[in-house]
Amino acid sequence: MNIKGKVWKFKDDVDTDLIIPARYLNTSDPAELAKHCMEDADKTFAGKVGKGDVIVAGKNFGCGSSREHAPVAIKAVGVSCVIAKDFARIFYRNSFNIGLPIFESEEASAKIAEGDTVEIDAAKGIITNITKNETYKVKPIPPFMQELVEAGGLLKFAKTKYKIK
Amino acid sequence: MGMNIAEKILAAKSGKKHVEPGELVIADIDLVLANDITAPIAIKEFKSAGATKVWDRTKVALVPDHFTPNKDIKSAEQAKMLREFAREQKLTHYYDQSDVGIEHALLPEQGVVVPGDLVIGADSHTCTYGALGAFATGVGSTDAAFGMMTGKAWFKVPPSIKFVYKGKLNKWVSSKDLILYTIGDIGVDGALYKAMEFTGPVIDKLSMDARLTISNMAIEAGGKAGLMNPDDTTIEYVKKRAEHKWKIFTSDKDAKYENVIEYDCSKIEPVVSCPHLPENTKPASKLSKIAVDQSVIGSCTNGRIEDLRIAAKILKGKKINSRVRCLIFPGTKEIYMQAIHEGLVDIFVGAGAIFSMPTCGPCLGGHMGILAKGEVAISTTNRNFVGRMGHTESSVYLSSPAVAAASAILGRIGTPDEIKK
Repeated sequence: MNIKGKVWKFKDDVDTDLIIPARYLNTSDPAELAKHCMEDADKTFAGKVGKGDVIVAGKNFGCGSSREHAPVAIKAVGVSCVIAKDFARIFYRNSFNIGLPIFESEEASAKIAEGDTVEIDAAKGIITNITKNETYKVKPIPPFMQELVEAGGLLKFAKTKYKIK
Repeated sequence: MGMNIAEKILAAKSGKKHVEPGELVIADIDLVLANDITAPIAIKEFKSAGATKVWDRTKVALVPDHFTPNKDIKSAEQAKMLREFAREQKLTHYYDQSDVGIEHALLPEQGVVVPGDLVIGADSHTCTYGALGAFATGVGSTDAAFGMMTGKAWFKVPPSIKFVYKGKLNKWVSSKDLILYTIGDIGVDGALYKAMEFTGPVIDKLSMDARLTISNMAIEAGGKAGLMNPDDTTIEYVKKRAEHKWKIFTSDKDAKYENVIEYDCSKIEPVVSCPHLPENTKPASKLSKIAVDQSVIGSCTNGRIEDLRIAAKILKGKKINSRVRCLIFPGTKEIYMQAIHEGLVDIFVGAGAIFSMPTCGPCLGGHMGILAKGEVAISTTNRNFVGRMGHTESSVYLSSPAVAAASAILGRIGTPDEIKK
């Protein structure tokens, strides 16, 4: 899987209320949620983000609530992946479960600037900053998460492994 | 080598004698819960995966507590999805009408969660049940759907941090102050991916209500779970409520911890978390210049009867400051009725406070107490993120019920000692 896109940069501890405020959680429709993606961090984000663009943030991205609406909104607005120093635990699980690619890289999080163009080779675990002509290493994902991705998500994994009524 | 309580529960539920941090286990869960925000996605996922029946209709809890009583048409549609699913699946733990309570106040009170249980909940504050000696953690809707289908969940066994609370508590210092102080010390990611274990003579003396407040906020430090070792207080609490058998797991003397952090509680004074992260803690005494427009007392963190009793003790015979809206939210119907019987509601309403039915509403800026631009709230809830309680230019300060009640009278942040007799 290769991803290429323009970067939008965010700070440390971006919480799920910034990603999708609770006032919009009276729906789970991805298209509706997309309209308000990152609204309380940057009101203009949903209007200006391009398809395939990349979010790069600091530490603890997605902290707070367990709302799966957060990665759903990011995916639905067209963002191709999120790179951060690290992710809050529930957001990390949720992103895998709904198929939003996320990458942990301290170096990438520190060195990539807003507006840079980056390319990610997920199989090799390499992020290339085309604007700055630099490369960064991605922290490998745990083997079980890889198994989930290969099965096509958690619920497909469930069907292959367990008897479902 | 011994194991700690988190490891023991995960080992037992995955049929293993021993587990180590970092190990991946697929474990049998005792309960999966979801609310009116997270269950709709879980139900859709459940159905689109081709499942027709939940794995056990007695072990799926649906609590529509966030936007109920329905705040608008879309919320009503979401709540209806839960109602229809609960009927179709004949769920035994669906709560409707006046039975709805704030999930993490409700399920321990009703004995639905007991010591030794392994619980996943599509709500981040599921970690509350750790106070009972259960391993409980928040997950998203898809993980909840997986749990509903299979009765299982996967876990990476977390490393644990042990917190030891020693010393004598100062006047007006509650369990809420202890957990805010802890988050202020280690930061909002200080326990990221880790289990927190709360121990020490101070914890041993706390009531169950007070303990639940501490475990409730483990997630605010990034924690996967916030556990306490069950003791006589725990057993006393669960024996009159338990719906199913409990099992006591306690940490071995030689259990391994990634870190052990000790606090001398005699050095802790009433704590307030300033905007916009729970880690921004300051002593309440240093914030007397902050005027407040709203004081919120309640939620899954501090909406239990002891919290209301403390608020009533401070508000008795006093008047809420004319600039403040004071909103009091009990956690459940049982607490609501108890507050009426004990005369607490007379005190609240007499002082000029608003006494509401149980709902998560104001905590997450859902409904029933939204802040306008520039407004300030002191709140016993658990998060003070940007826009958490309303406008993105409003602010939330987190505190104990004592400080929130005192601030409602003072019209600014303050402690009960500052109120004229």
